[in-house]
Amino acid sequence: MPITPDVLARHGLKEDEYARILGILGREPNMTELGMFSVMWSEHCSYKSSRIHLKTLPTQGPRVLQGPGENAGAVDIGDGLAAVFKIESHNHPSFIEPYQGAATGVGGIIRDIFTMGARPIALLDSLRFGELGKPGTKRVVTGVVAGIAGYGNSIGIPTVGGEAFFDACYAGNPLVNVFCLGIAPADGIVKGKAEGTGNAVYYVGASTGRDGIHGATMASAEFDDASAEKRPAVQVGDPFMEKLLLEACLEVLKTGALIGLQDMGAAGLSCATSEMSARGHVGMDVEVTKVPQRETGMTPYEIMLSESQERMLFVVHAGREADVERIFEKWDLHAVCIGHVTDDGLVRVREHGVVVAEVPARALADEAPLYDRPSQRPAWLDEIQKLDPTHFKTFPATADVLTSLLASPTIASKQWIYRQYDHMVRTNTLCLAGRGTPVVRVKGTNRALAMSVDGNGRYGQTDPKRGAMLAVAEAARNVALAGGIPIGATNNLNFGNPEKPEIMWQFVEAVAGIGEACRAFAVPITGGNVSLYNETDGKAIYPTPVLGIVGLVEDASTVIGQAFPSDGLKIVLLGETRAELGATEYLHRVHGEVRGMPPAIELGHERALQALLPQLIGAGLVASAHDCSEGGLAVALAECTFGQPGVGATVDVRGVTGPAGVPVAHATLFSESAGRVLLAVSPDHLTAVLDQAATAGVVAGVIGTTGGATLRIAVDGEPVVVAAVSELQTVWANALEDALASPVRG
Amino acid sequence: MKFAVVVFPGSNCDHDAYHAVKHVLGQPAEFLWHKDTSLQGADVVILPGGFSYGDYLRTGAIARFSPVMQAVSAFAAQGGPVLGICNGFQILCEAGLLDGALIRNQQVQFRCAHVDVRVEQVDTPFTAACTTGQVLHLPIAHGEGQYFAEPDVLARLEANRQVIFRYATAAGEITPEANANGSLNNIAGVCNAGPHPERACEKVLGSDDGLVLFESVLRRLTAGVA
Repeated sequence: MPITPDVLARHGLKEDEYARILGILGREPNMTELGMFSVMWSEHCSYKSSRIHLKTLPTQGPRVLQGPGENAGAVDIGDGLAAVFKIESHNHPSFIEPYQGAATGVGGIIRDIFTMGARPIALLDSLRFGELGKPGTKRVVTGVVAGIAGYGNSIGIPTVGGEAFFDACYAGNPLVNVFCLGIAPADGIVKGKAEGTGNAVYYVGASTGRDGIHGATMASAEFDDASAEKRPAVQVGDPFMEKLLLEACLEVLKTGALIGLQDMGAAGLSCATSEMSARGHVGMDVEVTKVPQRETGMTPYEIMLSESQERMLFVVHAGREADVERIFEKWDLHAVCIGHVTDDGLVRVREHGVVVAEVPARALADEAPLYDRPSQRPAWLDEIQKLDPTHFKTFPATADVLTSLLASPTIASKQWIYRQYDHMVRTNTLCLAGRGTPVVRVKGTNRALAMSVDGNGRYGQTDPKRGAMLAVAEAARNVALAGGIPIGATNNLNFGNPEKPEIMWQFVEAVAGIGEACRAFAVPITGGNVSLYNETDGKAIYPTPVLGIVGLVEDASTVIGQAFPSDGLKIVLLGETRAELGATEYLHRVHGEVRGMPPAIELGHERALQALLPQLIGAGLVASAHDCSEGGLAVALAECTFGQPGVGATVDVRGVTGPAGVPVAHATLFSESAGRVLLAVSPDHLTAVLDQAATAGVVAGVIGTTGGATLRIAVDGEPVVVAAVSELQTVWANALEDALASPVRG
Repeated sequence: MKFAVVVFPGSNCDHDAYHAVKHVLGQPAEFLWHKDTSLQGADVVILPGGFSYGDYLRTGAIARFSPVMQAVSAFAAQGGPVLGICNGFQILCEAGLLDGALIRNQQVQFRCAHVDVRVEQVDTPFTAACTTGQVLHLPIAHGEGQYFAEPDVLARLEANRQVIFRYATAAGEITPEANANGSLNNIAGVCNAGPHPERACEKVLGSDDGLVLFESVLRRLTAGVA
């Protein structure tokens, strides 16, 4: 087939990119080679628009065992162990086919973790959906949640937490970001590297079919009306196969027969052969007819580009092949030698011995064009950063606003979601879903790991840099709430089309924000994922950087939850409330606006808080801890009362003055000022807590007492909320399920 | 007292059962591979939870043909204690070692939560250390946990006092609301068990009410030896 502009367009390759391919090969590529370049040089695989910016992120730290560039990052957690973790998106497929899109997203990130030699022990999900009650959203929400449950539950890795956020901007581009964490021996981290001429290349796992061909290319383009036709590019997950693959791989790794292994995810066999070769500065010679196939008549093009799930590529020490085959036979899995490592740096693909593709591995893996795309601050930003009295429409009674916010799907209990997830399997889950920051213990040690995934797209929309910094701060603060010291981060950068200068500007700003915050907190980024082209009919999602942060809890027995555990405790507010209503859930829910500046961030204060909380919690001075995020202080207080059973509170806070006309109670209680934490403290420990906060330079004040069955909130002595905890809890607990059940309005 | 935990392809609570027995109870425990034909001298056999063979056919329908199941059946026939947890319960039903079947939850969704179950019988090896009417706080985690049996089978089970656990309120009342998945007669376990006692062996995980099952069988077997 001649390579025409139309063929290039269908492969998502630009004219100048094709010229580069001609330059590398010194000849025209054949179709198989063109296909391999197309997937490896896609935005999804090559990070060609983002790479120069990602290089600015801090990736070093005393605990880092593996930074970006491998299948996942790894940090030292003591006791000779490493936490291996990463976040990855499956956004585009989850819109087209929600169940399988989400399920294979879970499968993919799990493979990234066990490929590193780690046993996966926890999953978290960061989800963004359109507004409930609008056409199409329910299909996506129910499908995505069922897909995550279907895969995670079956493979037996607990989904211990996550977040879900609803906004119209995600209606056509839902975000499904999945975080996975595993535990490996610190000295047993395995790389995706090929080495040693003559060593065997093994294909293991599921057979190859025609599913997912050009999945990576699909994930590198915008959606339009024809996107539903791309369904064949979504893969189908088989969690049972992956469970077997997981056990077999971990068993094989113990034998020492492997040099390296890599998942065949995006770009399939093309990616695994070229990346493993490039990392080891070697080549590979593979025979496609040896690849187990589940369909007949597959061409080399299809075999090299298939994204069939649950497959891995091994490089095996010559002479140790039997060890691999014996274990895979035990698990009834394919393990087929398809070729060997060479010293010429070429990925050579044969069909019945005849060479059908021959491309330098480095050209595919490392030499995609890098773009420093033009960026420009959006002209509309000044306008949406404005927030003045005219933007506030009505002022319902404060208690009614609280009830309305508790019923917002973003704030409401996510029980409808997490009760579908097995969040307890492996018996490590110390803080059950819905009770606070997810924490899993590390068996065989006294330690535990706290994890959080966070990011607020409305903050990103109104100020992408500050929004990104706030995402880092919130995730770090959340792990600190469980007594964890933040030790490593992974990021998932969800943006629109980077070829538009305004989107690129958002991206550049957000990366700068992440870098600045991570440097200030001394939390290295050990890997992550970039998802661009989240646009439908030319309209982009809000810039949504999602941060996943891991915190090390030294003593697992000190972990606490977010709910007030008993009566008679003092409620301490750490941090300061300012009248910050910009980009808040209040502003959207009550006044229908997404505008203003997001809350200010003080990096020094956040860092002090991240140190203070583990110190207080580790010493057993705190009975519960919860941060103030979406919905502000009133929502956080209400959530603290929703224990089992609920414990009421009586609180009086000092008012802050907002824009003219806005009631002081609204400005005070629904402001989303960052860096605030609510603690419940026994009167015996109060002095110690306040003293240590003062020493740390963290503002702390006693604002009330726990007890009774009523939540009473006063501002400057004036009661504004007096509500039965059980009534508020009912609203909060049922809102998401009710919203899913309510009729759809166009 | 030696415990054996059978590993089927797709078992995923095998390590949890092993941990509960070995590290919490401090008893010897070993894994058995589903292709094994001998129980290797085990005194108690646990069929763990999970998704054997992916549960792509009926749950437990393929696992019951695993070679090890012949030995398990023979062991059970001689009165050997076998605990089937979740998927293990489903396998025992498919194997005909237990009556009835587990079908899709009434909610048509997976359910993972702590629930309360009332102990109905204390004259079984796994409930000997309980008191009748005792309420245990145990996790469930299943998509197909709704117990079903034909009316005559159900009547026989009830008459023979083979129902050992029922979903109940925290106060021990048998109500429709307390029924976690639509099971007939709120049944959570017939002579062998439904929920996940192995996940409830340490207070730090939310409940240690599951320990009593393992302590029961220990007590029963130790008494037998004495």
